[in-house]
Parts: sequence; structure tokens; C-alpha cells
Amino acid sequence: MLYQPIVTNFYDFRVVRDQDRCIQCQACVTQCSFEANFWDPDRKIIDSIHSKCVGCHRCEAFCPTDAISIQLNPSAFRPHGYWSKREIRNIYLNAETGAIGLTGMGNDMQTQPTYFDRMLFDACQVTNPSIDPLREPMELRTYMGNRGREVPVSKDASKVELSTQLSPLMKLDIPIIFGPMSFGSINLNVQKALAATAQAYGTYWSTGEGGLHRSLYKYGPNTIVQVASGRFGVHEEYLKAGGAIEIKIGQGAKPGIGGHLPGEKVLEEISKTRMIPVGSDAISPAPHHDIYSIEDLRQLIYALKEATRYEKPVSVKVAAVHNIAAIASGIARAGADVIVVDGFRGGTGATPTIVREHTGIPIELAIAVVDERLRQEGIRENVGLVAAGGIRSAADALKAIALGADAVYVATAALIAVGCTMCQQCHTGRCAWGITTNDPYLAKRQNPEIATERVSNMLRAWQIEMKEVLGSMGLNAIESLRGNRERLRAVGMTKEEMEVLGLKMAGIGM
Amino acid sequence: MKVIDATNLHYKQMNVMVYEAIQAGEKHIQLKNVLGQRFIGDGLRGEDVLIEIFGTPGNDLAAFMNGPQIKVYGNAQDGVGNTMNAGKIFIHGDAGDVLFYGMRGGEVYIKGDVGYRVGIHMKEYMDFIPKAVIGGCAGDFFGEYMAGGILILLGLTAEKGQPLAGDYLSTGMHGGRIYIRGKIDPSTLGKEAKPFELDEEDIKLIKPLLENFCKEFQYDIHDIMKAPFTKLIPVSKRPYGKHYVPGWHTLTNRKQLVPSSYEDNGYPTIRSVRDR
Repeated sequence: MLYQPIVTNFYDFRVVRDQDRCIQCQACVTQCSFEANFWDPDRKIIDSIHSKCVGCHRCEAFCPTDAISIQLNPSAFRPHGYWSKREIRNIYLNAETGAIGLTGMGNDMQTQPTYFDRMLFDACQVTNPSIDPLREPMELRTYMGNRGREVPVSKDASKVELSTQLSPLMKLDIPIIFGPMSFGSINLNVQKALAATAQAYGTYWSTGEGGLHRSLYKYGPNTIVQVASGRFGVHEEYLKAGGAIEIKIGQGAKPGIGGHLPGEKVLEEISKTRMIPVGSDAISPAPHHDIYSIEDLRQLIYALKEATRYEKPVSVKVAAVHNIAAIASGIARAGADVIVVDGFRGGTGATPTIVREHTGIPIELAIAVVDERLRQEGIRENVGLVAAGGIRSAADALKAIALGADAVYVATAALIAVGCTMCQQCHTGRCAWGITTNDPYLAKRQNPEIATERVSNMLRAWQIEMKEVLGSMGLNAIESLRGNRERLRAVGMTKEEMEVLGLKMAGIGM
Repeated sequence: MKVIDATNLHYKQMNVMVYEAIQAGEKHIQLKNVLGQRFIGDGLRGEDVLIEIFGTPGNDLAAFMNGPQIKVYGNAQDGVGNTMNAGKIFIHGDAGDVLFYGMRGGEVYIKGDVGYRVGIHMKEYMDFIPKAVIGGCAGDFFGEYMAGGILILLGLTAEKGQPLAGDYLSTGMHGGRIYIRGKIDPSTLGKEAKPFELDEEDIKLIKPLLENFCKEFQYDIHDIMKAPFTKLIPVSKRPYGKHYVPGWHTLTNRKQLVPSSYEDNGYPTIRSVRDR
């Protein structure tokens, strides 16, 4: 007897094909890496297994006659205000497999608030002139790290020189850094695009925890090399190759969870870069087993500083959690040059769905409380602060900066720039757009030159957008916006939310 | 030979002196009166460099080290060989917790006992195989998350009946091999590794390491080899493979039915995609 799991037909998408328009070129068959489309030799038509469709739109994009449209499956459960399709299907999935569901990308729950969308910029009118960024200089450059509260110079009047040693700083021509995505989670073609763009635009890209491929060492000064609990690809040469070093404690998409690159994704080049055997699981334990306290963190920070002769800024990346202000204060006191706070909307190559959807806090709140706490304690200038996790646009970036960040990490947006359609299948390694896959057949779909151009274009456009908004606010430097919450107003927030964010209600003046 | 007196020196000053000496071409450095100074040998290069430490070096000895040889005449503390890439370390005493974390290459020999979480997440790649020989006993979580390399535990300091390693031995192990000179109580063993008897390949692998150990610490190799060893290797390179399911669409990789052809009577029949 044939067995069919009860869940098979409760799928998300239908591949709707206009058979009149279809010329049976089979582009959709070859493009679909999830094997949803197939050629039926008996009926001499192309057909689809709807349940295999993940909604990535690759076939739709490649159909030369516009015969395909991917549509939400109209078949619905009886509407229930509490038992949503998501919950019901999760149980089916658990019941069918006995395993926990994995997913990729960031938290997609609509029920959780997005504070960025409830903040509005202030703008200049009449009494305070706005600035035209097309004709006047507009400064987006920022320096991150231990800037110090003062610059002491020697008292001797005959020769004035610094009487202190300056810490190494990260120089950013645009306050946007490409967030960590490892070689393994994305492929080399995409990493190349990020690295080349970072170099061209005077900013940084981050390796994630997967080592640095030999071919990318030339981008070293614009590279943040990551050290995480699995220590993959970490060695003395790698540390010295980077422009900055990042200790990854946590990730916004999976706070408190380790990383896990499944063995089948550890192919030849990845194994070489991570320095583990082909086919072996790359497991990053949840905690660093040598870090159980701020003092232990300090030890790793200084181990890295010692190893690189104090020439590179060391950053510490943590997920945004409820106690983030105190944690950030501890990180600053542990000697980190930069703190990266990763919010709960942050993306991932793979995480248990339950963690992605239910753990962490919004980045807007986290940045606001961290900036506030560091200022109260008088140590804000000792560290750079980066907002990561769910920055979708130049507007989000500026809002994060106004809330107190020095710069932002952008990762998902960069993937969208090269074609990602947010189908959330990164963890399968079957990305039809050739982004989050290392299957050579699929990875070829990303041409590094074209990808570089697209990511560069995005950065260029964001740069112009940022200048436009700064000009409208009457500011001519990003420095003047940092932590400048007067330039933001809240709509549709509770009093308490505004208090945490340090914002006034829209309509209230200075 | 350069001698550095570490009395009242902060680690930062001392390590700069060591670094500058090596940059100036010094091959043999002696550190005297070392009292807890951290990060000795951190990130240093130079295969022909020998650093001798008299006293007690602090945490993260030889972290990220890439080549030199270090000899410690005394005890060492936590984090020895943290993410070390190449080089040799001899410790004429005990050492602390979280030794060889993420170690990728090189050799470490410790005469005495070691603490918790030793050999955590050691890894290997082709010829890069980290090796460690411990003369004494180990605490809990020995070889945790081990992903490669060789760990040898001799238990020469054990009293009769005392287990050589603590609980949760080799928990999460998914690569590499552990050799223990004696029997293992199965109740202390993590579920990701299994014990085996040694074969000839194993003997060939560990003998040169034990010879190095005996030469440095004045033991007789025959005495050491006399006792039976147990080998621990992982059950799987993918210990947690079955915990996760990638998602909805993969369920249909099971028997999936689609209309595929019409029979003579005009009604569609169904057959499995797998039959296609």
C-alpha cells in the first residue's frame, strides 16, 4: 500500500503554469533546485509538485514567456484566531519526523513589533535651514573604536606631542559594514562581491566563522576576521590578515545557540578554509568554553590583541537580549574596541525555527539602552557601537545611528541585492539563486563581477539616501546624528516604549 | 641566549621583550621568575625558537602560537595551546582547565595532571594534526566536542582504583582519537564515542609521541607501553544529524504521488516520483 504523509498537501505555494503560454523549454525544470518542476514525458508537458516549491521565484524569473506565477496556496485551514497555519504545520512537522524544524534568514513573525517603522525623522523648516547634499559637503566617514574622552598632549611648550598611545580605530567611509556570513553559509562568489565592494567603498566585510579563503587575503585590510567558539579557520596568519578581529559570542537569529554546518555542506574548498575534514560536521558550541565571565572575555580579547601586537581593533558581537545594557558595559570594560549588538530580526544560515521566532529583543531597543548605559557610565567613547540584525534600508541605518550606534551591519540586504527573494531556505544549501549554496552547479549562478556591481550599486544608493536625509535634518556629518535622538519622533508607541528608546512622541517640539 | 627576569614585569612589557628579542634574531630565550604572566608565546612565529620558562606562566600560554618551542619548568595554568597552530610545548608539572581549545597543530607534553575540558574542540586537517600527551589524570569533559587530533592520557599519577579521566569523557566528540592507558568506566563516557582496543596502526601512531614524552620527562617507554590502552573514537562524524528537519518541502522526498499518465480508459493513474 502506498503511504502518503498526511501533511503532504498542506503546502505553501502553487506553481501556476499557463499551459497555453508554456513553450516547454524546461528552463523552469533546470532552474529549480528543489525539484518542484519536472518534464512529464508521458503527457508531454511540464508539471510541478507544488509541495516542493519554496517560493523562491527562480523559475518565474527565468520563464521566457511569462507563463509561470508562484502563488500562495489558496487552500486554507478553517480560520482560527489562535491556531494559525504556522502552529498547526509545525506540529505536523514534529509529528512526522520527531525532529525540530530548521530555517534560514531572520525572524519573519509579523506579530512582533518593528520599531523602525514607528519612528520618523525630524526635518528642517524655516527657522533652521536644511542642507543640500548635492552642492554642499556631507561627511559620512566615521571612526570606530576606543576614541578616548580626551587627547592629552605633553605640557612642554617647545614640542607638542601626544602623551598617550592611541588605540587602533576602524575607519569607515560609510557607516555600513557587511555583516558576518561565513564561507559555507554563502559561497565564495558572494563573499568576493562583499569583499570587493567593502574595499571600493572604504568599509569592511566580515568573514563569519568560516575562515578566510586564500583568494580573499588581498582584501585583508577591509576584512573583519571572526573568532567564534568553533575556532574554524582561525590561525595566527588569519588574525594578522584582517583589519579588525571580532569575537562572536552570539547571533541575533539564535541567541544562546551554537552554529552547525552539516557535514554534507563541508566540501573540498570549505574543508580547506575551515581546516576540518571533508564531510565532517562543523559544530560551533553554544558558549565559548573558555569564557564564563567578563574576566574570561577580557582574557580572549587580550590574547587576540597580544597575538596581533595591539595593531587591530577587537570587537565583540553579542545577541540582543534583555540584559544587554549590563552585558555591553561589561564588554566595554573587558577592553573591547567595538561592541556589536545583533537584534532578533538578524538573519542566519541555519537555526532552529523555535529559537529564531521566540528569542532575543528588537535591535532598536537594544541599541537605545546600550548607548544610554554607556553614556551614563562615561565609557561611551571607549567603544564603537554597531547595530546589527534586520537593517533593511538606509532609513533603518540612520535611525539606528540616531539611537546611538556608530555604524550598522547589513547582511540580508546585501543578499537581496544579488537576487535573494527571502524564501528562507538558506539552511538547505539548495539556494536556487546561487547565494547560500556551495553546490558548484548552483554557486555558478552568481557571477562575482555582476554581484559586486549590484552590491556596490546598493551601497552607492544608500550613501546618497543617507546624505539626502541628513541634509533634510540640517546635519552635514553622520557624527552629528549619532545618539541624537532629538532628530527622531515616535508614532504609535506606548509611553514605556518611548521611554526605553529615549524618544518623544511625534508632535512634541524641542 | 637571552635571559629575561620577569620579576614585577607586566605581561605586556614582558611579551614585547620576548617579541623584540625574536625579531632581533634571538633563538633561545629564558624567562626567569615568571609569576602568572599571561599570553607567553601568543601569536609568535619561528620554528627554531626555544622559550624556557622558569616559574608559573599565566593563562593562555602559547595561544595562537605558530612554530616556537616552549618548555615550562613548573606548572602551567588555564588555556595552554588555545587555538595553537604549530610548535611544541613541554610542561614539567600540572596544567589547568580548557587546554588545547580549538588547537589545530603542534604537540604538547604535560608531565602531571590536567583540569577540566581538556582538548576541547581540537581539530585536524590533512597533515595538520594536533597531538597532546598527558602524563597524569584529567578532569571532567576530557576531549569534549573533539573534532580531530590525538589526545593521550597516561594516568601515571593515578592511585589504585582512581579513574584516569572524569565524567562526560569525550562528550560531543565527532573526530580525532583519544588513547587512555587503562580501562574506561562506561558510565563516565559520553554517548558520542565508543571504546576500542588498539590495533597496529594505533601503536604506530602513539609510540613516537610516547617516546618524546619519556625522553623529556625521564620515563621508560617499555613501562608505559606495558599497560593496555583503550582507544576512543566517535560513533559518527555527524552526531546530531537526526535532530533537525530542514522543512516542509523535504517531507515530500518520501513517497510522493503525482498524476503522471493517462491509461487507455482516459482516467489518470498515479505513480511515485521515485519510479520515474
